[in-house]
Amino acid sequence: MAKQPAAVVGIGQTHHRAKREDVSMAGLCREAIDRALLDAGMTLDDIDAIVVGKAPDLFEGVMMPELFLAESLGAAGKPLLRVHTAGSVGGSTAIVASSLVQAGVHKRVLTVAYEKQSESNAMWALSVPVPFNMPVHAGAGGYFAPHVRSYIRRSGAPTHIGAIVAAKDRNNALRNPYAHLHNEGTTVESVLASQMLWDPIRYDETCPSSDGACALVIVDEDTAKASPNPAWIHGTVMRSEATSAAERDQVNPQASRDAAAALWKQAGITSPIDEIDAAEIYVPFSWFEPMWLESLGFADANGGGWRLTESGGTAMDGKIPVNCSGGVLSSNPIGASGMLRFGEAALQVRGAAGEHQVDGARKALGHAYGGGSQFFAMWVVGADKPTN
Amino acid sequence: MRDVAVVGFAQRQMEEFDGSPTCVELLVPLFEECYEQTGWTRKDVGFWCSGSSDYLAGRSFSFVQAVDAIGVIPPVNESHVEMDLAWALYEAWLKIQTGEVDTALVYAFGKSSAGVLRRTLALQLEPYTMTPLWPDTVSLAGLQARVGLDAGAWDERAMAEVVNRSLTAAEKNEYAVRKGGSSVEELLARPLYADPLRKHDCAPVTDGAAAIVLAAGDKAREVCDRPAWISGLAHYVDPMSMGTRDLTRSPSAERAAAAAGTAGVEVAELHAPFSHQELILRRELGLGDDVAINPSGGALSGNPMFSAGGIRIGEAAKKIWSGEAGRTLGHATSGPALQQNLVCVLDAEQKGA
Amino acid sequence: MARTLSAPVTVAFDYTRSTGPVVGRFLTGLRDGVVVAGRTSDGRVVVPPPEFDPITHEALTDFVEVAATGTVSSWTWVPEPVKGQPLDHPFAFALVTLDGADTPFLHALHVTSPDEVSTGMRVQVRWRGERTGAVTDIEAFVPLADEDSASPAGGGLLEDHLVTGVVTPVELDYLYAASPEESAFYRGLAEGKILGQRCPACHKVYVPPRSACPVDGVATTEEVELSEVGTITTFCIVNVPFLGQKIKPPYVSAYVLLDGADIAILHLILDIPADEVRMGMRVKAVWKPREEWGTTIENISHFSPTGDPDADYDTYKQHL
Repeated sequence: MAKQPAAVVGIGQTHHRAKREDVSMAGLCREAIDRALLDAGMTLDDIDAIVVGKAPDLFEGVMMPELFLAESLGAAGKPLLRVHTAGSVGGSTAIVASSLVQAGVHKRVLTVAYEKQSESNAMWALSVPVPFNMPVHAGAGGYFAPHVRSYIRRSGAPTHIGAIVAAKDRNNALRNPYAHLHNEGTTVESVLASQMLWDPIRYDETCPSSDGACALVIVDEDTAKASPNPAWIHGTVMRSEATSAAERDQVNPQASRDAAAALWKQAGITSPIDEIDAAEIYVPFSWFEPMWLESLGFADANGGGWRLTESGGTAMDGKIPVNCSGGVLSSNPIGASGMLRFGEAALQVRGAAGEHQVDGARKALGHAYGGGSQFFAMWVVGADKPTN
Repeated sequence: MRDVAVVGFAQRQMEEFDGSPTCVELLVPLFEECYEQTGWTRKDVGFWCSGSSDYLAGRSFSFVQAVDAIGVIPPVNESHVEMDLAWALYEAWLKIQTGEVDTALVYAFGKSSAGVLRRTLALQLEPYTMTPLWPDTVSLAGLQARVGLDAGAWDERAMAEVVNRSLTAAEKNEYAVRKGGSSVEELLARPLYADPLRKHDCAPVTDGAAAIVLAAGDKAREVCDRPAWISGLAHYVDPMSMGTRDLTRSPSAERAAAAAGTAGVEVAELHAPFSHQELILRRELGLGDDVAINPSGGALSGNPMFSAGGIRIGEAAKKIWSGEAGRTLGHATSGPALQQNLVCVLDAEQKGA
Repeated sequence: MARTLSAPVTVAFDYTRSTGPVVGRFLTGLRDGVVVAGRTSDGRVVVPPPEFDPITHEALTDFVEVAATGTVSSWTWVPEPVKGQPLDHPFAFALVTLDGADTPFLHALHVTSPDEVSTGMRVQVRWRGERTGAVTDIEAFVPLADEDSASPAGGGLLEDHLVTGVVTPVELDYLYAASPEESAFYRGLAEGKILGQRCPACHKVYVPPRSACPVDGVATTEEVELSEVGTITTFCIVNVPFLGQKIKPPYVSAYVLLDGADIAILHLILDIPADEVRMGMRVKAVWKPREEWGTTIENISHFSPTGDPDADYDTYKQHL
């Protein structure tokens, strides 16, 4: 049985900042929702169901906040789902919302993902000590840094590759009015000169901690006809594996490779680097760009990733522009970050990405991952309705 | 819509689980039971979805280790909701409806006893003007019960009847953590606790886990003599505010029942953690006196957080499998005072596409 | 002996909430001794004001002040208050419809026995002496003996000093338990032993042992005592201080693959300058004095270089 066609016809996001002290959690979500609805030419009354995503509840200190938000989000009297798959949640949430349409259950679904990190402290929330254990954990940076070191060792990458990614994404962010960081004049040299936080990860190679939200309106084929530029969903995939397992590849996890293979197959793509026009890849620490390029099959798995990055192939005018929005390195409201990747991919194929638009983009990848590089969510969207 | 059936179900309920809040230890034998029921291995499962809560466990990402219980090399198609098992089942049902997969195993777990449950749940409330007062779950239910008592929507005798019937039925449920009926008079003679509630009006704090197996069409018939076909599945949410809602009603439950279609239901398993909430639900779901309610004993005999709603669906499915009923219903609730509700109607007869 | 080990954990943070304009308006009122309600599009006067109108979904902008006196529309007795509740002795939670409002508001009602409460009784707000702009600026409702004794309404909002944020302490106490497999590991450490277990299906040795081998989904079983010598597979130098951190930075957090194990453990490397730590370096556990031991991996103070030649990359590359 084939999935019902589904398309993104509305995209909204907040201005992401370290602290959005001007809004409540509901206000933050509504800023993104209202923009997405305006884009879609709809109101909350047109929406059949709402899917909310965010990362750990400890970040805001509210257990299952979608319950208190229900009325403000216009969900009262409607079906409301809450997804939580760690850092990949923004992507997974968009996929669950898509499946409501692809299953033929609903016609117009609103999905919103958010994080208001300024309500607490992410390092604290992710490092609450576990009794009997060694308290060496140091947040997400501390978790991922050893695996970055492994990648560098395995691939023979020069140590400045991470800085190339950071400089590129920070400069891309200057073209994105919603981005949290607008650091003018970021260069490879300035990144390399920044403080080493979790060696081998430098300060400028890490994502910020942001308040922000992203919302999408996903609709069925009939409804999409009213949109001048729907972003059609060509493929969606989710894969999970364990945080730690004997001989688990933590640099290029099997779940990531499996997910990519399944995604390209669904979307009818045989050569991602030739057929994908823009990619929004979840890169919270700069080194993950070359790592994921290899895992996703944009480059060979023997250092092809860093070579592609080093050659400028992932720049706005490169062979595969990656994170034209500035990416997670420029805005990281954790729960929303995955949905921002999915939404930015959709903006590209709708020709609606403004100053960070890739000319003529027809197919784009949205990607998110979470946990200990163990949860993956990805989609391919296209300007044309899928034929498969 | 594809015909999808419940073909497997396993559960554990206990007053105090002394193991890790990751509950991996509880999940491994549950999955084994599901494999025994279906003759499958994990590789036959197309999609996995779990439900749990970080705040119940007391730490972020408390669910990530649970996937170990599956055995996830090769990796699996998997998702997680910060909701009860019943909503994990809904997501899996959706996944099957898209045609992407034909089978799914959903599970949920929770160690309610790790903290002070009724206090932890105060974090579920509106964080600016409610949570700072730490209104506990029992108090919120008490406010709701009083509104109905004052309005004459129910009386304490009706509440005691619910309790007596539930605890009597629970005697036959090996998983029940509270059981043993007496009489309405004896129950009413017991002291009030959180006036207007007596202790037996409130579900016991329960740890546990549960798993449910779904399969579409032929896959369901292959593994089950009498698959419990899902003929209706719907869920809705109401506003949270205790002030603007009519607490004697649950519009989201009524709406879910209308969408799922409850006519002809013979057995209903209702997720009512407080006795008066069963009375509200019976009305909203349109269940007459001829419908057998909670033959398992219901949530008053055991209410493992994040599994208890799904367990109602599992118990309802068992009545179809055994041939005891032709149409049953499982209901799940979430949030304070029946804020969010899901209704799943199961049929012995396949509806046909 | 208990089947598993357990220890208390407190999860505590003072959350800094930004309120937005509507909740901020309500909290500003409380600070200034006034209860602010919102008028929704159906004409109802609602306390606290909802942030968005339930029908039009627009942000609420129509505010009205209501009285600090009202009528109990429902109540419940709280025989055993939990930490953080407005009163530390038995009291009632009540839904109170303030005079001028159409819907009730939830707060505590200070009485000493359920016999002193009834639906329909008249109550009034008891304000806190020092108010900051929080719902706890109302200490509780108290019975209103006669209407003339009602405390006068406040002096109105200080419009140019609106509350925009509120600090909400959240402190939860848990009893954390280790799994039985982990408990065996920690108990071994209390005897100076590092105990792993082998998966009966894939035969890999896990340390700590697991309730489920993540590859096979079955509990690890056969006990294997591991060497206290191992190889650093990979590591990170933590230079960043953060809230709740237990070890003073900079420090090296490393994955150590103990000889005989198939999975690395995360631990601290000392006795060598951080910038000289290498992948492949051979290290040995340094134990704390025996009298300091408990059932914890912290019995091992850290790992220290053995001085032996580094392990060949090929011997540990599959563990990265």
